[in-house]
Amino acid sequence: MAQLVDDDPRIIEFDVRTDEMLINMGPQHPSTHGVLRLVLRTDGEIVSQVEPHIGYLHRCAEKIGENLSARQWIPYTDRMDYLAAMNMNLGWSLAVEKLMRHEVSERARHLRVLIVELGRISSHLVGMGAYGLDLGTFSPFLYAFREREKILDLFEEACGARLTYSYITVGGATADLPPGWLAKCEAFLDQFEPVIQEYHALLTTNAIFIKRTAGVGVLSREMAIDYGCSGPVLRGSGVDQDLRRDGESIYTAMYDGYAFEVAVQKNGHYPRDHSYPAVPPDAVLGDCWHRFFVRMVEVVQSMDLVRQAIDRYSACKEPLGEPLKLMEKLPVGDVYLETECPKGQMGFYLVGDGSPIPWRVRARSSSFSNLSVLHELCRGCLIADVPAIVGSLDVVMGEIDR
Amino acid sequence: MRGPAFLEKLEAAFPGAIVATHLEAIDPSVEVAPERLIDVCRWLKESSDSRFDSLESVTAVDWFEPDAKKAAKVTWSPHTELIYHLWSTVSRVSLVLKVKLPRWKADVAGQLPEVASVAGVWRTADWHEREAYDLSGVHFTGHPDLRRILCPEDWEGHPLRKDYEMPLEYHGIRAK
Repeated sequence: MAQLVDDDPRIIEFDVRTDEMLINMGPQHPSTHGVLRLVLRTDGEIVSQVEPHIGYLHRCAEKIGENLSARQWIPYTDRMDYLAAMNMNLGWSLAVEKLMRHEVSERARHLRVLIVELGRISSHLVGMGAYGLDLGTFSPFLYAFREREKILDLFEEACGARLTYSYITVGGATADLPPGWLAKCEAFLDQFEPVIQEYHALLTTNAIFIKRTAGVGVLSREMAIDYGCSGPVLRGSGVDQDLRRDGESIYTAMYDGYAFEVAVQKNGHYPRDHSYPAVPPDAVLGDCWHRFFVRMVEVVQSMDLVRQAIDRYSACKEPLGEPLKLMEKLPVGDVYLETECPKGQMGFYLVGDGSPIPWRVRARSSSFSNLSVLHELCRGCLIADVPAIVGSLDVVMGEIDR
Repeated sequence: MRGPAFLEKLEAAFPGAIVATHLEAIDPSVEVAPERLIDVCRWLKESSDSRFDSLESVTAVDWFEPDAKKAAKVTWSPHTELIYHLWSTVSRVSLVLKVKLPRWKADVAGQLPEVASVAGVWRTADWHEREAYDLSGVHFTGHPDLRRILCPEDWEGHPLRKDYEMPLEYHGIRAK
């Protein structure tokens, strides 16, 4: 427990040793993104220590996984990162396919890219909109949800669900896309592309937004790696790593032939940054602004990937193929696979013992590791900055608590 | 995974620390003696050519079959297995370390097995080891703050152990 030492200048100035206060924030606080509870030790307005308490949404997903077959566990993966359920489905499906040494059809591969990249856009839209809410501006949230609704409509048409899809499954997907779906998806992309400029006008270049985020909560590259941060949090600190390019071959093979650049600042530039607003002079690599901006760059990147996937998918004439049987036996052995989900690297570990029920399943959640760095980022910041920092990590409690 | 050359270096740096290797598996792994774990980890992070600077996850697996009929057929003896998934952001390679522990310390039921904490090597291990302690009941010696993380502080037992029994009630809430 960090103790304020006697020669701390703040204590001499205010002599507030007796005023040290414990503030309980959450689990019902609106800007803690679900049921996260933070205990803040504050010295006036300055936070000296933050202790996150998690587990309020613990639903024993791993224990349940030891009692169901691999495909039956798919709906439970939906409920981990419920804002990007498609990406969760894919992570688990690929892990099981890796253990079974199963390869999906070409059509299923492109369908998956198409669907998960749409999922990434919708997750980043929520992340962006909710971040605006955290900082006290309501409109971006409405603008973000307006577009997200359209993606959910597309998902609903493809699989019948709007939040927990269970669409991508072991061995492919539960159904092929309905006729006319691709045209609707293209129409959405055409309409969505100019809207991104609105987001930049509302948030990215907004003077108040920049004041609240630039230079706040700076996460160094070394610390990000040491705490196992991943995804936009890691890339926001300037680490050039994206599992879609650097991951295991079973995962990168999915993106074979797709062109995309990792959303990270290299030599002071983001990829294709002439089409984005300039980085504000106050922003420091690794701060809240950069974490937010990486997501905005990824939205455009994902749109591009969706377009490429539509072309490849429609050129593919072979059938989608049947998913594996519900009670397919798992081979003996263990595998671990990480995929690049919107929030970061989501890993699934699976031990098969020859029966259809896994002996052990484990979900390594990206938000879990991303949140663990919070106490470092909040040390010495203002109370008002705490929601800004939590929001910039874009955590989902369903994934942390499992 | 670097293959045999990497293993030779590891073996040379820590003679006798490698208990077994599973190179034919889908994810090849190296089994390390529990008492040498922390030295091996520090070396992997700081001195090895690959520089495994990131710990992805710590997983505990309980190898125990509570059903006596099925237990007669299994090929392994009961134990707790810890799996460390390492990753190098420099050379972009992964490594799987495994450590075998007894299910109970000194085979006394209720005494949690012990292994050195690697939280001092990778900070990721802090929360991951707390989770392994909470759910699988492994005591990590030298951990800075070993408390339950997902279950309530007054929860009894470790749910991911195969012999775990669901409590009938918790603070007046009926569980069955």
